[in-house]
Amino acid sequence: MGCMATEESYVLAIGTKKGLWLATSHDRQAWSMSGPHFLMSEVPSIGIDTRNGRTRIMVGVRSEHWGPTVAHSDDLGATWTEPEQGAIKFPEGTDAAVERIWQIYPDAEARPGVVWAGAEPISVWKSTDGGEHFELNRGLWDHPHRSEWGAGYGGAAAHSIVVNPSGENVHVAMSTGGVYRSLDGGTSWEPRNRGISAYFMPDPNPEFGQCVHKIAADAAVEGRLYAQNHHGVYRTDDNGETWESIAEGLPADFGFVMLTHPRRAGTAWVVPLKADGERIPPDAKLAVHRTDDAGKTWKRLDSGLPQGEYNAVLRDAASVDSAEPAGVYFGTRGGSVYASPDEGEHFTEVASHLPDVLCVRAAVVSAALVPGAPVPA
Amino acid sequence: MADISVVLPSILQPLAGGQSILTTPADGAVTVGILLDSLAGDYPVLARRLRDETGALRRYVNIYVNGDEVRRLRGLETEVAAGQEVVIIQSVAGG
Repeated sequence: MGCMATEESYVLAIGTKKGLWLATSHDRQAWSMSGPHFLMSEVPSIGIDTRNGRTRIMVGVRSEHWGPTVAHSDDLGATWTEPEQGAIKFPEGTDAAVERIWQIYPDAEARPGVVWAGAEPISVWKSTDGGEHFELNRGLWDHPHRSEWGAGYGGAAAHSIVVNPSGENVHVAMSTGGVYRSLDGGTSWEPRNRGISAYFMPDPNPEFGQCVHKIAADAAVEGRLYAQNHHGVYRTDDNGETWESIAEGLPADFGFVMLTHPRRAGTAWVVPLKADGERIPPDAKLAVHRTDDAGKTWKRLDSGLPQGEYNAVLRDAASVDSAEPAGVYFGTRGGSVYASPDEGEHFTEVASHLPDVLCVRAAVVSAALVPGAPVPA
Repeated sequence: MADISVVLPSILQPLAGGQSILTTPADGAVTVGILLDSLAGDYPVLARRLRDETGALRRYVNIYVNGDEVRRLRGLETEVAAGQEVVIIQSVAGG
């Protein structure tokens, strides 16, 4: 008797303050690590693009000395390529320079080659060649509100980009500025923050200026998005026109993470932190919370997670994969990374004592790409 | 005609084909900026490590002309004479 060879394996990319680690697994329980790649450079953004019959890992890399750049690997990190002239750079006349790439977002299967990026200073970028060259989104860059957008503690950046299946509706979230929506594929933009509190401003309900930490789209309900804010967890069912609180049932409404299921309507995950002024898990007990009814109720998930945890989980330090059941992954600023093969019901520790985890992305890849696959009997 | 030498820190040498010193012929004084422009033609990735897309020298990159840091001279307008040496060093930063 022997095991059937699994056709699918998993890659987990872990971007930290001091480099990138790559983990691979055939069962999402046992992981093999490689790294550090880009030692001493931070890796705040990762996109894993499995379209076009290849697995391309794109990373936003930033050296304190040598600045930011985008590199990609088509062989799970064995070799890296960096476009000579830089994949993301502000055009002449803008008098701006990229400080950090916060988001790399491969678009839908139907639009192969299209990759979006969000950067600091607040800007959105689009590539049509698989992330090798990006163009600045002029509609957002030239937006009359831009001079009024502020900087969050981590810097002023567009950190979330969500594109609907048709490609016409694009939502961008920025700290601080809030959510902006385009109904024309990214040509023009308007703020869409009604219902989201900006308690830290003189007018707590401004048109824009909210400190949204992360947004994610429901997998199956068009026009439904979820937002984790700087205090406040919200859902919209009307494409961002109005937002309502879904924080009831959570131990805290502060946090950075918002994940949605790859296919199932109504399922999302957050990782609550106690408060703005106390950025640790409530009661120092690390837990993920999942809703399966679009935020009406939440389930606490902490099996396999440490109690006595004083580190935060940052906005992009969490991810889902596209497997069934979906895997859930996240890392802490204390350098621990956890993986769940069953939608958060059980976690195992993938790594510990890494530098601060800034970004985590996971993907299902062909088992042939990953060494050590079980041999069929 | 004498050469101008540009001495690279070891961490950047892979971006210049493994060379530790780049030499460029000069028949007069050139500015540091022009020198970096000429590097960009042959070694574009190296050039992006030193300056951002506005042309500004990155904050923690120090360039010395005959022992003086260019920010204390005329920045990228600092002139380098034929025969002089330009040394690029990353500053002590980070944690």
